[in-house]
Amino acid sequence: MKLNQVQRLLSAAVLTGENHLEDEVHTACGCDLMSDVLRFAKEDGIMLTGLVNKQVINTADMANMHSIIFVRGKKPGQELIDLAKDIDMLIMTTKTPMFESCGILYANGLKGAKPKNEL
Amino acid sequence: MNYKVNFEVEKDDFEKAGEASRKIKKTLKQLGVDNKTIRHIAIAGYEGEMNLAIHSDGGEIILEVSSEKINLTIQDVGPGIPDLDLAMTEGYSTASDKVREMGFGAGMGLPNMEKNADFFEIHSKVGKGTKIQMSFNLK
Repeated sequence: MKLNQVQRLLSAAVLTGENHLEDEVHTACGCDLMSDVLRFAKEDGIMLTGLVNKQVINTADMANMHSIIFVRGKKPGQELIDLAKDIDMLIMTTKTPMFESCGILYANGLKGAKPKNEL
Repeated sequence: MNYKVNFEVEKDDFEKAGEASRKIKKTLKQLGVDNKTIRHIAIAGYEGEMNLAIHSDGGEIILEVSSEKINLTIQDVGPGIPDLDLAMTEGYSTASDKVREMGFGAGMGLPNMEKNADFFEIHSKVGKGTKIQMSFNLK
């Protein structure tokens, strides 16, 4: 699935990284616990989170995840958007809640990160 | 070692925490290290950097690169870990509520560092500090 399809499915607004909307993505991770993202998430997947702080961007960066969707209408401040821009990351925000966002993407073909396939 | 650099990490500085790991990741990319190895080092280094900010009285990360392997040393000036076996148990954490609100403190950091490294060794002495040495083999 292309990230622009993800954007349409979640009626998400792009905050930075529009150049990545044509990129293909195969997995996603819905999580507010960054420790779990670092432990289980697959690289190049989307991170969906309701948590907004600098360490969310850092976690995605270290895990080689190049796109973050903030759910439940959460929107990062300009400092976080600028940081994401500096490291060439796609940031979107959607009013759709976490459970619903994950359900929509899963129903449309995105897979999760199974622990047995970690690292 | 062909290349060595160290990064200071301050206690409770969550504005800067993560910057050292980003610099390490950027350095390894410039040196031409493969992406999979960089990801292992970035994750282990970032877990270590967050641990320094969360738990230590301040410390440093030392990156050493040779043609065979990459060494990452994470050491602090205290307070030390009283029970290392407990600290290495997944799910055990002494992190504060503030840290948990940032999405950390799940008791996954040390075990995750060990899982990402080809070699992992930790020594700690209460009142002195903690030293973690990790190595990552280059293919």
